[in-house]
Amino acid sequence: MSQQAVNGISHRGRVLTLDSMNPNVKRVEYAVRGPIVQRAVQIEKELKEGVKKPFTEVIKANIGDAHAMGQKPITFFRQVLALCSYPALLEDSKFPEDVKKRAQRILEACGGHSIGAYSTSQGIECIRQDVARYIEKRDGGIPSNPDNIYLSTGASDAIVTILKLLVCGEGRDRTGVMISIPQYPLYSAALADLGAVQINYYLDEDNCWSLNIAELRRALNAAREHCNPRVLCIINPGNPTGQVQSRQCIEDVIRFAKEEHLFLMADEVYQDNVYAEGCQFHSFKKVLFEMGPEYSNTVEMASFHSTSKCYMGECGFRGGYMEVINLDPEVKAQLIKLVSVRLCPPVPGQALLDLVVNPPQPDEPSYATFMTERTAVLSTLAEKARLTEQIFNTVPGITCNPVQGAMYTFPCITLPQKAIDKAKELGLVPDMFYCMRLLEEDGICLVPGSGFGQREGTYHFRMTILPPTDKLKVVLQKIREFHLRFTQEFS
Amino acid sequence: MNHGTALLWKRRALSSLSATRRGLPKEKMSENGIMSRAKVLTIDTMNPTVKKVEYAVRGPIVQRAVELERELSEGMKKPFAEVIKANIGDAHAMGQQPITFFRQVLALCSYPELLSDSTFPEDAKSRACRILQSCGGNSMGAYSASQGIDSVRQDVARYIERRDGGVACDPDNIYLTTGASDGIVTMLKLLVCGEGTTRTGVMIPIPQYPLYSAALAELGAVQIDYFLNEEKCWSLDITELQRAVNEARQYCNPRALCIINPGNPTGQVQSRQCIEDVIRFAAKERLFLMADEVYQDNVYAEGCQFHSFKKVLFEMGPEYAETVELASFHSTSKCYMGECGFRGGYMEIINMDDEVKDQLTKLLSVRLCPPVPGQALMDLVVNPPQPGEPSYGSFIKERTATLSALAEKAKLTEQVLNTVQGISCNPVQGAMYSFPRITIPEKAVKEATEKGQQPDMFYCMKMLEETGICLVPGSGFGQKDGTYHFRMTILPPTDKLKILLNKVKEFHQRFTQQYS
Repeated sequence: MSQQAVNGISHRGRVLTLDSMNPNVKRVEYAVRGPIVQRAVQIEKELKEGVKKPFTEVIKANIGDAHAMGQKPITFFRQVLALCSYPALLEDSKFPEDVKKRAQRILEACGGHSIGAYSTSQGIECIRQDVARYIEKRDGGIPSNPDNIYLSTGASDAIVTILKLLVCGEGRDRTGVMISIPQYPLYSAALADLGAVQINYYLDEDNCWSLNIAELRRALNAAREHCNPRVLCIINPGNPTGQVQSRQCIEDVIRFAKEEHLFLMADEVYQDNVYAEGCQFHSFKKVLFEMGPEYSNTVEMASFHSTSKCYMGECGFRGGYMEVINLDPEVKAQLIKLVSVRLCPPVPGQALLDLVVNPPQPDEPSYATFMTERTAVLSTLAEKARLTEQIFNTVPGITCNPVQGAMYTFPCITLPQKAIDKAKELGLVPDMFYCMRLLEEDGICLVPGSGFGQREGTYHFRMTILPPTDKLKVVLQKIREFHLRFTQEFS
Repeated sequence: MNHGTALLWKRRALSSLSATRRGLPKEKMSENGIMSRAKVLTIDTMNPTVKKVEYAVRGPIVQRAVELERELSEGMKKPFAEVIKANIGDAHAMGQQPITFFRQVLALCSYPELLSDSTFPEDAKSRACRILQSCGGNSMGAYSASQGIDSVRQDVARYIERRDGGVACDPDNIYLTTGASDGIVTMLKLLVCGEGTTRTGVMIPIPQYPLYSAALAELGAVQIDYFLNEEKCWSLDITELQRAVNEARQYCNPRALCIINPGNPTGQVQSRQCIEDVIRFAAKERLFLMADEVYQDNVYAEGCQFHSFKKVLFEMGPEYAETVELASFHSTSKCYMGECGFRGGYMEIINMDDEVKDQLTKLLSVRLCPPVPGQALMDLVVNPPQPGEPSYGSFIKERTATLSALAEKAKLTEQVLNTVQGISCNPVQGAMYSFPRITIPEKAVKEATEKGQQPDMFYCMKMLEETGICLVPGSGFGQKDGTYHFRMTILPPTDKLKILLNKVKEFHQRFTQQYS
């Protein structure tokens, strides 16, 4: 019997329709590039075609894309990548010796000495060794085994792979995965795609978005009624919230994971983006090991890092890695088999990651420039984090927690009841209505808090702190003006 | 086991049931009687479909090859001085050189300071500038649109139009991907739905490139095998397609038909007539067509020519061109580029439902974008140096050298293998592999079976241990029951390939002798 006959309807006789496609895919949402961004792109097109708008450009403050916002790449990294791409440049005297050395080392580790060769599926071996050494240096000497390092196509790739491994069971035994609310919506998207159960635990907005073990426990206990909770995901520093977890908190989370038999996933892609006084990045791996063998020998964990954030901002290269701890050897074999089907992560991204974990050293020619560039990027971000918090907190109806780290601000906005009603009329979530208005009136593209999750009855938006400081000041000013206007209009 | 122990085990079993509900650790009795806590993630508690996934191209034989390489580098004595990895279509790893122009542009894109460097030709610079201008912040480090950089998609569309004699191509139908594999898996994912007898079935050739079987296993879709005709140079037979689909309708819902042309592992280049017949079949049986065309420039045999499914579809007129749903895939990994590591690729989607397209765009957005260096490279592949441009001469020379070397090696391989009694090799019409049929003596089949190994795995493992040559057994790709094959790439440099072929010949003779 043909599909058409079964359906009883004709979609021009199409094989693949909304009704006959993968139902999980339909449940996937990803707000960071969702409807508001599509509208922003449309507006950009209209501007180009000469349509008159109340603004001359669209500012895409929706996505953590530093280079798109004018941040410059690290010279050393791009020099090495150029040499790897076109090794004839090794003869070129304008490149410093340390650049040439790094390029040669990378090329020697590639098949046929070319970055065009496939690498092993786990990633180029000497790069994994460099990653392991980086982790050891970062974590005060705690050993890292290169065999536990898997290079990936951005951190997203590895996160999805691990989640995929973890999903099993049916009905009440279906794998449940605990994620923070608010969260980076890769997690909710992946869980929808995999048909896993999403278990929300709320970060505490009144305490600078901190993580609360009592809240973890509440979420877990409630979830046990309807699924099999097996995983706990943490993003530290947080996205969208920017909170940098205290060491005590990380210990408590590890203890909780052990007690409750949960696989820990630590998304640490913003590990260099720490701005606030008194805040410090503590890797889950380090804390785990410092808690002694009772924990470090048992807790199963995967930590994720990427070349897209921090001071590098090299999103387009899709570089990343994960370190897995205490993974069952049989599962490891399955993991290797699974990643082998996609052959290997992009080699330019692997090369870039190698430079990130193995940057110029004090005695090397490129060191000074490297440090200058790195420091400039990170201190500018710190400045913009403070500026953003400060300005938003001068606006009645906007409250902004300190941006302790990462690249975003996630302020709470008060929406007048009339606006909420109007949104509902239009079939829009209230903060989407707000953000759409801001886009149409000021050309500023943010992502509504509903895209990340928030406590019922609260509204937020996520804005990046990435535009250059001057532009950022203008953006903040416009948002302030918009908010006052909006509040006035719907009062 | 005494009664007390049985009770203890029963109680433990019961308490472990409720323990599961409470999510507390399952206790595990180890051999020495000590209770140790089971891990959260074990072979029993992991995703069951992942366990069903196999990918022979990097499977157990390759793992052994890597081990042997390690042993060699540690100074262990072996009957060979190096391991030759003829298992994977990795041209650069086997010594093929990249196209100079491509790498120059990529270097300029990576480090735009070089734009002021006089050693780079003007056309390389202008390509690089064009690419950079379409990147956020003029940097390859910015995310691109999830569908891929606009201007690159436009260039891809123009390339397709040129290739297909003017048949129109809409850039909106072009999706850049992380290698072709990414696009293929994404399409399969969209297509999978249903339960039990309505579960999506996907027709794939036997032998096939095992990405397909792996993806279907992972997605829990039903794999529907259709056998290529070895006696007719691996050609596709519509009656065989019909047989396969009819049978499959009894237990699943066949919805997609995958073709690899030129073929992998078989290398056959389908005739235009065959492609028309397949399209007609897909239309009649209401199947979504997936045309894997990553080897489109790798055509060697006299009388063979690449015909894109898109072109043939449109030349069949609106009855087909406006209705048949088709996705065609291409990549930067094969052809004359061999740039596997860049993970560049695209797919062209024809006649996809608009609502599904929206879903596709949404799905892709979660992974943000394909690697930008790979997108840049794809731009150069579809928009290479033109006559009159400074780099044209070298470009054509390099491209021609690579493709003609491959053609030579294809012929050589077929020729040498066919001189071996017990090996029979179809012409390598295209792609990068030979997939010869091998006769394995009954004694060897028996020993393999005793060892729990596929006979051709047994054969290939022996070859690896004795000669250092790493091939992939035919069982990794699928083959008719009772037949055996291996897949070997034709990529090693000609001199090395000659030696390789000789060693394979000698091994086969030895092996046959040993098990006679």
